[in-house]
Amino acid sequence: MTDAVTVHRLSKIYGRRRVVDGIDLTIPKGKIYGFLGPNGSGKTTTIRMICGLLKPDEGSGTCLGFDLLTQAEEIKKRVGYMTQRFSYWEDLTVRENLFFVADMFGVKNKRARIENVLESFGLHVYENHLAGTLSGGWKQRLALAACSVHDPDLLLLDEPTAGVDPQARREFWDVIHRLAESGITVLVSTHYMDEAERCHEVIYISYGRIVVQGTTDDVIAQAHLTTWRVEGKDVMSIKEKLKGHPAVTTLAPFGDALHISGSDARALEAALAPFRKTVGLTWTKEPSSLEDAFIYYMQRQDRQEG
Amino acid sequence: MIQGSLRRIGAVLVKEFLQLRRDRPTLTMMIMVPIIQLILFGYAINTDPKHLPTTVLIRDTSLFSRTLMAGLKNTDYFSIDYETASEREAYERLQKGLTQFVITIPENFSRDLVRGDRPAVLLEADATDPTASSGALASLSGVVDGVIWKDLTGALGHLKNQSAPFVIEAHKLYNPEGFSHYNIVPGLMGVVLMMTGVMMTALALTKERERGTMENLLAMPIHPIEVMAGKIAPYMAIGYVQAIIILSAAHVLFNVPVLGNLLWLSVALLIFIVCNLALGFTVSTGAKNQMQAIQLSLIVFLPSVLLSGFMFPFRGMPEWAQTIGSMLPATYFIRIVRGVLLKGSSFVELLPNLWPLALFTLLSTALTMKVYRRTLD
Ligand SMILES: Nc1ncnc2c1ncn2[C@@H]1O[C@H](COP(=O)(O)OP(=O)(O)OP(=O)(O)O)[C@@H](O)[C@H]1O
Ligand SMILES: [Mg+2]
Repeated sequence: MTDAVTVHRLSKIYGRRRVVDGIDLTIPKGKIYGFLGPNGSGKTTTIRMICGLLKPDEGSGTCLGFDLLTQAEEIKKRVGYMTQRFSYWEDLTVRENLFFVADMFGVKNKRARIENVLESFGLHVYENHLAGTLSGGWKQRLALAACSVHDPDLLLLDEPTAGVDPQARREFWDVIHRLAESGITVLVSTHYMDEAERCHEVIYISYGRIVVQGTTDDVIAQAHLTTWRVEGKDVMSIKEKLKGHPAVTTLAPFGDALHISGSDARALEAALAPFRKTVGLTWTKEPSSLEDAFIYYMQRQDRQEG
Repeated sequence: MIQGSLRRIGAVLVKEFLQLRRDRPTLTMMIMVPIIQLILFGYAINTDPKHLPTTVLIRDTSLFSRTLMAGLKNTDYFSIDYETASEREAYERLQKGLTQFVITIPENFSRDLVRGDRPAVLLEADATDPTASSGALASLSGVVDGVIWKDLTGALGHLKNQSAPFVIEAHKLYNPEGFSHYNIVPGLMGVVLMMTGVMMTALALTKERERGTMENLLAMPIHPIEVMAGKIAPYMAIGYVQAIIILSAAHVLFNVPVLGNLLWLSVALLIFIVCNLALGFTVSTGAKNQMQAIQLSLIVFLPSVLLSGFMFPFRGMPEWAQTIGSMLPATYFIRIVRGVLLKGSSFVELLPNLWPLALFTLLSTALTMKVYRRTLD
């Protein structure tokens, strides 16, 4: 048993919509997997099925060796699930929330454990504050602390850093890596590219289906993108003219520069040719970024879905 | 195993207490509702209405008749505002609710009185509102003893030595059951407990769903029974507090007696409160938000107000209403409270109402466990 999660053809159907549509997924133990995809692509729904909160309509799978369909209660004991929306009790203090969680999971040496958690998440300052009075970032910190109180084997984090400042975000990721080193498996959904790059592997889903999966380098390579960076006067007018051109997948301004990507290198060259002669512009070929790749995947998927 | 379960129940219990303690408006409401209701309805208990409209059907005009009427007036309960010789007219007034009492002074009243035949004066009371007439009826004996005696002088003096020169026969119409006027207290207890019990639990769970904490709770390894047990306990305490408030206020303010054993009452209370909380749980599973939870609770609660014997005497209701009424736990609870407080019923006498109540509680708990969803679906 080296895989924390394996699911096969997992689907969830709401009404007529296949919100999650035949997902196959394997997450080895001790790894951090990033879960990416546009809004409404089915990330939260998939995570909920993995932790036994939703019954899959089709497919099968195991989580920590237990069957998703029949052993949800066993799974719940060993999983730490951090919901996308803050879901601890706002009219309880930080400490009371942690105590409650510890009791739910039957944590031994409760007091010592909670002191420990308060310490390592820097929550001591706020331990007697009502959770509802914390700022957004501190709420997220409490949530992460609370879902790891019982030493879970698998952490499912649904956009844990939404609304968290960069410093705190970095600390979050330090914690996540520390946990992974101690053997915990992590599946974390995010919309941040820098966070995706901190994962061992990323899974990109769209319309409930996995579009691409692998290390960030794999994901970029599989997109087969060519990216040009153009710098100089009036690059924005180029942006206007290239907008909607079939050879161009992404056009992203970065300060005075513009990044132009396309999946067909030759077609892209042809599209750019008219502008190449303009004086005062410098053109350089750049390695494509993860963001370029994701936008490409997103657009391709949108075209396919019509 | 058991230990873990108790720990989880305890944690939910502590959590509910903490949340409730910080929710002052709700807490205040739950304490104030019974007091306000009791004071409002207590009006109906306490009133010892005087000067009730009285019609006299005079078949015999004599000095004695006059004295009798004056005596009735002196009790302050009867206000004789209509005199007639027509029986039909007198009863019509009673039926239309124009008068509370019809007093019939029979033909040859004074002759029979003088002869020592002890004639009977008939007093018929509209008892649909039992509170209204009970005081008046109680005052009647004084009228016989005290009033006419002063007219029995001289040659008639010997009549004083008889037990009573005439009798007043009181008939209660429309409510021969002789409903006690304290009946409002048991009813109120049932209704207040049900309202707060069902609504508070329904709200407690719906709040969890609305605030998103339900998702968290469901993701934790806790059994629905444990959630229910933990959540019920604080409301059980509140239910007892409410019952104590109603009982003591009724006893102190309105002299409502406690004739029976309070132990059986507290047993019934326990069963009834759990029943309501289970119903509240069930309601919450059908409600998407707190507003819906309140509305659904009211729907569940309304039949009990109307058909449990709180508003109308149970046996006075049409058969279909009685059928519905006998399917409501509140009906049985109210009977038990009435039995304990007003009739001093023994356990055996209470049993026919206790077991249906217990059955309802079992059924509603089972129903809750069936509809309580363990996933977010
Ligand atoms: N209970 C439900 N009933 C009907 N549709 C639902 C339900 N829950 C989710 N959906 C739909 O399923 C789709 C996927 O939702 P999901 O929350 O999994 O997306 P997501 O990838 O987490 O999005 P985001 O990045 O915005 O969090 C959405 O279109 C949503 O409207
Ligand atoms: Mg989501």
